[in-house]
Amino acid sequence: MRNSGGRYPLRVLALGYLGAVLLVPVGAVIWRAFGDGVAPVWQAVTTPDALHAFWLSLLIAAIAVPLNTLFGVACAVVLVRHRFPGRRLLDAVIDLPFAISPVVIGLALILVYGQAGWMGGWLAERGIQVIFSLPGMVMATVFVSLPYVVREVVPVLREVGTEQEEAAWTLGASPLRSFLQVTLPAIRWGVAYGVVLTTARALGEFGAVTIVSGRLAGQTETLTLYVENRFEAFDLTGAYAASLTLAVLALLVLLAMTRLQRKEGH
Amino acid sequence: MSILVRHATRRFGNFTALDDVSVEIPSGSLTALLGPSGSGKSTLLRVIAGLERPDAGTVEIDGRDATGLPPQRRGVGFVFQHYAAFKHMTVRENVAFGLKVARRPKAEIRARVEELLELVQLPGLAERYPSQLSGGQRQRMALARSLAVQPSVLLLDEPFGALDARVRKELRAWLRHLHDEVHVTTVFVTHDQEEAMEVADRIVVMNHGQVEQVGGPRDLYEHPENAFVMGFVGPVTRLGELFIRPHDVELRLEPNGTTSEAMVERLVHLGFEVRADLVLHDGQRLQAQLSREEAEALELHQGQIVFVRPSRTRQFAS
Amino acid sequence: MAASAVSRRRVGLGVRGGDALLRGTVTLYLSLIVVLPLTAVVWRSSQDGWAAFWRAATQPQAVAALRLTFTVALVVAAVNVVMGTVIAWVLVRDEFPGKRVVNSLIDLPFALPTIVAGITLLALYGNSSPVGINIGYTRPGVVLALAFVTLPFVVRSVQPVLMTMEPDMEEAARCLGAGPVTSFRRIVLPTIAPALLAGAALAFARAVGEFGSVVILSGNIPYRTEVASVHVFSLVENDDTGGAAAVSVVLLAASVLVLAGLNLIQRRRTRHAE
Repeated sequence: MRNSGGRYPLRVLALGYLGAVLLVPVGAVIWRAFGDGVAPVWQAVTTPDALHAFWLSLLIAAIAVPLNTLFGVACAVVLVRHRFPGRRLLDAVIDLPFAISPVVIGLALILVYGQAGWMGGWLAERGIQVIFSLPGMVMATVFVSLPYVVREVVPVLREVGTEQEEAAWTLGASPLRSFLQVTLPAIRWGVAYGVVLTTARALGEFGAVTIVSGRLAGQTETLTLYVENRFEAFDLTGAYAASLTLAVLALLVLLAMTRLQRKEGH
Repeated sequence: MSILVRHATRRFGNFTALDDVSVEIPSGSLTALLGPSGSGKSTLLRVIAGLERPDAGTVEIDGRDATGLPPQRRGVGFVFQHYAAFKHMTVRENVAFGLKVARRPKAEIRARVEELLELVQLPGLAERYPSQLSGGQRQRMALARSLAVQPSVLLLDEPFGALDARVRKELRAWLRHLHDEVHVTTVFVTHDQEEAMEVADRIVVMNHGQVEQVGGPRDLYEHPENAFVMGFVGPVTRLGELFIRPHDVELRLEPNGTTSEAMVERLVHLGFEVRADLVLHDGQRLQAQLSREEAEALELHQGQIVFVRPSRTRQFAS
Repeated sequence: MAASAVSRRRVGLGVRGGDALLRGTVTLYLSLIVVLPLTAVVWRSSQDGWAAFWRAATQPQAVAALRLTFTVALVVAAVNVVMGTVIAWVLVRDEFPGKRVVNSLIDLPFALPTIVAGITLLALYGNSSPVGINIGYTRPGVVLALAFVTLPFVVRSVQPVLMTMEPDMEEAARCLGAGPVTSFRRIVLPTIAPALLAGAALAFARAVGEFGSVVILSGNIPYRTEVASVHVFSLVENDDTGGAAAVSVVLLAASVLVLAGLNLIQRRRTRHAE
């Protein structure tokens, strides 16, 4: 901006808003959490329930993220390289998880996979319990974090094109080998960025998982559910401590995002 | 390793890229597929490579029916206009790729890569990445890469199209030399008639998905079979139904009974040649091209009246 | 030539049947996880008949929740249109120490779990607020929570457009006598308008569905600060899946409308660019 007179007020406005809405609250949590010192925080974070919640969150992410990554790359290939009726519909369906409330997602999963649901009964007969159990939570997490890898990979894949792969074919490489050794490395930063976004979304999921899990402390409680649990129980230290853990994870994710944005050339 | 394409047809929706094309490429030759955009030359090349499946027709490579074979099994090397370099691999890894796929022993791969880099004049660049090479270097790497697996046929799709003029000329000559050394049946696609005439033994002229004429450069220039080929392969000037090469328009200062009167509307000096834009009595326009010496001898200038006679003409049935 | 021929090239895996298998797998995954469950919601909402659906959707508490949700979402979208543009402008056109860090922090709401966002905001603006502002359990609280989670949408949507804008047009306007406000109104605004709308639409859709942060900050007082997502949640807890499905369908319809609208904007953008 060449007009230096108008610069200052805008800058103050922007930074002020960001500070009030984003930064200061985060600072407040840190300040509040350590209000009575480090020890209570450490204690709160290492209770059996808290630890279980932490590992459960990581486990769910460890299942959901690879699933959505595989799906994401496959779906990107279909969207970019295939021509078929219904491609636009596929494109639209993939965007749905962005626009739907997580509680609706939880309800939807119960209606299909709950005991009284469309497939729930059939699955229960075979000893598979989805709702109030790990598979349901994984499903909910997969649903909400579904689009990220696809959306990040599609433009990169489009730019890479097919010539390199065709070159590999003429050199004797099978289509699968060509894809794995030539195209995949070419799109790796797009995939990586998508994975980071997916992981963040998976770890942070609350609404759908809260409906689908039954919130059994120590059993089907993720770290986000644990935060709410402690909050409802007026254990603010516990809530803040667990929130802090999640905030640290979030900051790590932010860091990864920033690094990868530069690699991808955003 | 000769190539035989019979009755190849390929349509993309409403657009017919190849229309019942049959062509024979003799073993060991350097053939150009020449034509304007949309003529089907790239499609034909890709059909030969197996990168495109024809809707109808067959492809034979060295007597074997290759129509159903994927590119992996045709023994063809392919060089792309935009290099298709494996950007995340070094030059060495690029060139070695095909050999690794074929599971050749490491020592053999190493030796062959060195040999090829020498051949394409890229020694010492083995550890660089394609992004660190110039366009011309990248294309030479691509060539080395495709030659590594000793293909029976080498196909190049507008290989110099992405390079600037000077590099293009260098690489043209270099490709010719390479072919003389390596003797692989080579087919390359180009829309540049000068390139085709300079490099190829035989030229297949294509237009609208069909073969217009096949022959050597001199053949096509002097004995074109239709107006399109004549116009595409060299400059043409017309007099009614007569097609004339500007070089074949004689200019005299005096009439001699067989000449027509014309005025020099404009003179263009093109280096060592001079082009004269002429207007005849009846308003028809003609172009003549003469050497500098000839123009000077006639003291050609704008507005001058001269007498013209085409020494060689062609006529085509419409 | 090359461009049009290449676009006509249909490239799959090159393996016979491999293409169809890939498409089939992708479709199956999407169907089991997304399509089937959403269809179940729509079906459940009409399962007991249209009368029951209508009753559930027009139940006073549901209506209050829906009205609050859409109103607040519109307000937040509007706030984002203004503040998002200001922030994007400052990030693109201004220089100050720490700008890079601030730019990265814009993505914080994407990375931070919504429940933590709620706790965070409550810590500062709730009951025991150190700055004396208490909007916990109030409607402004809801707005604040939504402003937090939707912050990045407009900023990230407008930023790239501003970055690729050349200053020539504005300079020309200034030479012709236009002040900074006029220049912004007549030149910058029309250029960023599609991106602005797209970002606002995304923010709106996100705000309509938000749950985690609102559940903490709003207190979920029926008829006062209970938003639609929280209402659906309480209906599910009370085993009223029919009622929950009915309200959900309204929310789904809103989402689909917004997505369709976005699609239209995108298509007009690409047409303009050509």
